[in-house]
Amino acid sequence: MLKATRVSKGFAGKSVLTDLTLVCATGQTTVLLGQSGCGKSTLLRLFMGLLWPDSGAIEIAGTLVTETNARSLRRDIGYVTQDGGLFPHLTVRDNILLAARYFKVEPAAQCQIQPLFAMTKLSPELLGRFPCELSGGQRQRVSLIRALILDPSIVLLDEPMGALDPMIHRELQEDLKIIFSTLRKTVVLVTHDVSEAAFLGEKIIMLNQGAIVQEGSFADLSQKSKEPFVVAFLAAQRSVAWPNEQATVPAKKAVEHGARHDH
Amino acid sequence: MITNPKVVLLSLLVGGSLTAVSATDPSHDKHDKPLVVASKNFTEAVILGEVLTQLLMAEGSAAVHRVSLGGTPLLWKALLAGDIDAYGDYTGTIIGEILAKEHLGQGADLAAVLAAYGVGMTRSLGFNNTYIVGMRADRAAALGVHRISDLAKHPELPLGFCSEFIDRSDGWPMLRDRYSLPQSKVVGMEHQITYRALASGDIAATNLYSTDAEIKAYNIIGLEDDRHVFGDYQAVYLYRLDAAKRSPGLLPALRHLEDRIREPTMVAMNAAVRLDHLSEAKVAAEFLKSIGIKADHINTHRDRYQQIIARLGADTRRHLALVFLPLLLNIAVGVPLGIAAARWPNFGRLALGAVGVAQTIPSLAMLVFLIPLLGVGYPPALAGLFIYGLLPIMKNTYLGLDSVPLHLRESADALGLSRLYRLRALELPLASPMILAGIKITAVLNVGTAIIGAIIGAGGFGETILAGVRHDDMTLLLMGAVPAAILALLIQTGYGLLEPWIVPYGLRLSQGRAGRRYRPKVRIDPPSRSPIEQLGHRRYFHI
Repeated sequence: MLKATRVSKGFAGKSVLTDLTLVCATGQTTVLLGQSGCGKSTLLRLFMGLLWPDSGAIEIAGTLVTETNARSLRRDIGYVTQDGGLFPHLTVRDNILLAARYFKVEPAAQCQIQPLFAMTKLSPELLGRFPCELSGGQRQRVSLIRALILDPSIVLLDEPMGALDPMIHRELQEDLKIIFSTLRKTVVLVTHDVSEAAFLGEKIIMLNQGAIVQEGSFADLSQKSKEPFVVAFLAAQRSVAWPNEQATVPAKKAVEHGARHDH
Repeated sequence: MITNPKVVLLSLLVGGSLTAVSATDPSHDKHDKPLVVASKNFTEAVILGEVLTQLLMAEGSAAVHRVSLGGTPLLWKALLAGDIDAYGDYTGTIIGEILAKEHLGQGADLAAVLAAYGVGMTRSLGFNNTYIVGMRADRAAALGVHRISDLAKHPELPLGFCSEFIDRSDGWPMLRDRYSLPQSKVVGMEHQITYRALASGDIAATNLYSTDAEIKAYNIIGLEDDRHVFGDYQAVYLYRLDAAKRSPGLLPALRHLEDRIREPTMVAMNAAVRLDHLSEAKVAAEFLKSIGIKADHINTHRDRYQQIIARLGADTRRHLALVFLPLLLNIAVGVPLGIAAARWPNFGRLALGAVGVAQTIPSLAMLVFLIPLLGVGYPPALAGLFIYGLLPIMKNTYLGLDSVPLHLRESADALGLSRLYRLRALELPLASPMILAGIKITAVLNVGTAIIGAIIGAGGFGETILAGVRHDDMTLLLMGAVPAAILALLIQTGYGLLEPWIVPYGLRLSQGRAGRRYRPKVRIDPPSRSPIEQLGHRRYFHI
């Protein structure tokens, strides 16, 4: 379980998170949804102990994250970034096993390679390749394997599909859903993509300007939301996704969802 | 793997440089230290040094000649420091330059003043080598210039003087003030170059020495010193008084040469070296023969070129020692400093600033500055090269580490790696192209700077190049410059060979600079085989 209690964080005088309290339940996939700059990536870094809150507390599985225990807590967290964060000078194999070597658990980790490759639908031939020889989708899958190799109980993903083209995006999204539901890890995924949030999120937390606007299932957000920001955000993405319906769909949706809209 | 090839190569490099140093280090054991005669960096001084050295050896004293060590201040410092025991100088220089602070007149008792420094001085060797101002005879005639004071009427004339003359108080400043010379175009250059500049017309007048051999060869006339600016420049030897006590042969040899060399003799000796391209050693031996001393146990019969070829191996070893030992020290110190600079930005700014300032000190000034601390020869050259080579390696290490993308560093942190492991497994490999580039810059820089090291007696190819400048001999110059250039090229090539070996393959691949040849072998299958599969393999191999 990940817990943030009354957390505030600012950079150079500019407030990014204000008095934020949230809980990500164990074994559940929580999606942090919001525009870029709304503080969702900052929140992930706070969970990782890569940043420290100006005020408030971060807890991981009931333990308060402090400067002294942050690094050891990180061992139980897998982290996937938008560009994969693979080290260009290491082969896929070395990238995956780097942390295992550091923690001296390489043999155990090696046994995980094959099942994880099967699960992420990657060919073991890629083990000897370098990151620059992989496609974008392959890179993200390798990054995911690296995050999962030490069998952490928590996986954090920061816009993991942000840099992929739509076809690959779709494929990976479906695979992720299967992986998450198989492994039942505590997953926190950051995205600005509504359809991705809808597809993967068991719980969606909508952020705007460093504060929570609404949280709940996608159905809660899309059908029962009274928040104008939530309605507008969902509508905007729908209109971008289907440009030829631009004129009608948001209006229709808005009416359906009970929001006021003048013709 | 235990036998890491990098470790093997590194130890070979270290071992090699150390052997090269020990093989060429001129400091023998201290008990039987030979007398060290030195000479300034012009022909006449070298001949005088050679005459004294050969005489000492002929009379049975152990003596070495540090040829062409440098200018007056450097020799004087080396003499005071005890690095050299004797060298030839001129009374005017002693009064106006070395003892300028004492404000001595022309008639002062120089020997008494020098004795306070622990330095002795011979009587005049028999000639006065004063400054003259020379012009090409045809140009002087065309302009109607016969005396120095006539120059005041031609403010547009470009003047060129040897660098030392421009700086010293009894040189250009005094000349300019006493004759009220208005010329604004005044350049400094090496003394040996002034004749060429005069001949080509780039400069109209220059300072020359009255015993210079070229005066006749280049058809130069000396302008009359009608206001008597230039004093007496009697040639003398300066020597350490304690050296005279230590080596009983020194004083008789010095006395033997007093009043022995007349002005025409000196001009002829200068001409034999500079115009007939004989070696100073041979000219000195001929002179000694003429005063009844047999100095034939030195290889004066050997041609200078042969000498240089004969010592090419030693020169190469020494030059390699001048390039690679400082380089290894630079790597050992510069890389950790660069890492520290990247880790602690405040320290980084301070350290990079300090090393950057040291870099701006002219190399000659740096070497002179190091002489009182480290003497002459290899040690100060090593120290100077070390100081110069530090910045590129340190700065490139710093920049290389600093340019590791933030998201990669964050990924490493997210994996829970310690800072040290992150540095070793991630940051240093990613910074390796920059660090290696810094090492290459320093190595190539060292090849060049090591040549200047010859001025303070560090040896190497610079010695041949200096001799080439001194003798105005293009062949000699090339004999020093070509090996140095080849060495620089080899270093470039070596860098190219070293790169695929140090910079990780994947990094080069991602930058589009990798050949397939160097692709590392990677085990692909995870080692999980059932016993039955293993059996199958064995059968396969046995069939």
